[in-house]
Amino acid sequence: MLQLPVYLDNNATTPLDPRVLETMLPFFTQHFGNASSRHHAYGWAAEAAVDLAREQVAALIGADPKEIIFTSGATEADNLALKGVFEMYADKGNHIITTEVEHKAVLDTCKHLEKLGASVTYLKVNREGMIDLKELESAITAKTILVAVMYANNEIGSVNPIREISAIAKRHGVLMMSDITQAAGKIPVDVNKDGIDLAAFSAHKLYGTKGIGALYIRRKSPRVKVTAQMDGGGHERGMRSGTLNVPAIAGFGKACELALHEMEEEGKRLGAMRDKLENALLQLEETYVNGSRAHRLPHVSNISFRYVEGEALLMGFGKEVALSSGSACTSASPEPSYVLKALGLGDDLAHSSLRFGLGRFTTEEEIDYTINAVTATVNKLREISPLWEMFKEGVDMNAIEWSHD
Amino acid sequence: MSYAERVLEYYNNPRNAGTLDKNSQHVGTGLVHVSEYVDVVRFQVEVNPVTHVIRDARFKTFGCGSAIACSSIATEWIKGKTIEEAFRLDHMEIVEALSLPPSKIHSAILTEDAVRAAINDYRTKNGMEPAVEEYDEEPADYYDERD
Repeated sequence: MLQLPVYLDNNATTPLDPRVLETMLPFFTQHFGNASSRHHAYGWAAEAAVDLAREQVAALIGADPKEIIFTSGATEADNLALKGVFEMYADKGNHIITTEVEHKAVLDTCKHLEKLGASVTYLKVNREGMIDLKELESAITAKTILVAVMYANNEIGSVNPIREISAIAKRHGVLMMSDITQAAGKIPVDVNKDGIDLAAFSAHKLYGTKGIGALYIRRKSPRVKVTAQMDGGGHERGMRSGTLNVPAIAGFGKACELALHEMEEEGKRLGAMRDKLENALLQLEETYVNGSRAHRLPHVSNISFRYVEGEALLMGFGKEVALSSGSACTSASPEPSYVLKALGLGDDLAHSSLRFGLGRFTTEEEIDYTINAVTATVNKLREISPLWEMFKEGVDMNAIEWSHD
Repeated sequence: MSYAERVLEYYNNPRNAGTLDKNSQHVGTGLVHVSEYVDVVRFQVEVNPVTHVIRDARFKTFGCGSAIACSSIATEWIKGKTIEEAFRLDHMEIVEALSLPPSKIHSAILTEDAVRAAINDYRTKNGMEPAVEEYDEEPADYYDERD
């Protein structure tokens, strides 16, 4: 039985894998101890669970368990990385390089740091969502302390050439940070091979629970240090105080273990379904895939349906398919997605886009259902779109006489 | 954000979507847009040349569901009204009828503009002076009060 609405918003969050839930459950009522309690069995059980999880989380990204700091999620990890490095390396410089299409957790943290005296370069991206590596290199100055480039973009799924980027950073003695939230557990991420010094990610994007994430901090060549942003009991080697969320951490570990073992198979399966969905929707006239099709996460597709508005589309099949739109016509100052705008899309196409994010539990049947629902709604809305009528009549849109402007 | 019942109802079953003959002497067409919102509304009225009563109205709208609902409900309202009466259509009536949140008022304003543009297109086509918007009694900054 098909459960409606079909969930295709896995970039926003993923459902908890039942195997993860099973791992978590004993730590709520049975092994409920504080992982910092060193004097009794309850504490030891909790600590053992955290130790195991730290190994599992580290293994997913090729790190050493000592390099994993648990946080409340990727947002906190991004904050800790950027603010922590900015404070710790103040003697060296105040310059950070990032991109225009980072997650708000990075962009807004950079904006905050600018108020505290940071100088931030926001690199532009091309139509594919990629930065110019020469531009990156020439942006580096003697004051540069950090390059922060996301591994994969949350809206369009494009995957950055992280190894080339980190090689440039390394050549100039600059730290390399990457928000790996969308990539971890979906495609192979290896902090050593990829040359990443700090990496932020979150459990709820890989079938773990919300409220737990991690920051990877390199310990060798170079040994990276960050200034703690949370003071208190000195948990997580002093870098992130606060009683550990043991059930969530145990689940995070299990989720990482599952992802590590199933990623390859899952990626192939999702890639095939994504391509089926995408190819079917591209049969509609005037539809375009946003971002890179070659360098992309296997489960993501961002498509613009010209002459219909994204939010209207969502209203059409909202009860049948749950996904998200690049349009934000809901606020007092509506803006289309800044990521799509950064790719060079006009307002019209940016407002006409939908993000399809497949996941571990997506079925072939759901994809077929989605193809039908989206196709029907696009056709229906185009029937009542004045722009579509003009397009079909061959009217030059740039020469339209508006009744007012 | 979830939508009001009536918005969904008009969105799902739009009334009077379609096209009238733009070249007819009795048809007035208004095509308006707000680039900021990327909403485009085309509104058409067919007018009885003797009585100046609107006997038919059609719309086509590119925009969110609320924008579609605003245009559709306006076609229903102005049918049977004289062009003078229809010109006085107030966007706030649409806002109330559809229970639109403040962030969607722009959709209703665009519909109001489109209706007036269509009527004035008819008027100029038939040798009449375009009607002028009456002075708005609402203070100019009322958005701020309601947001």
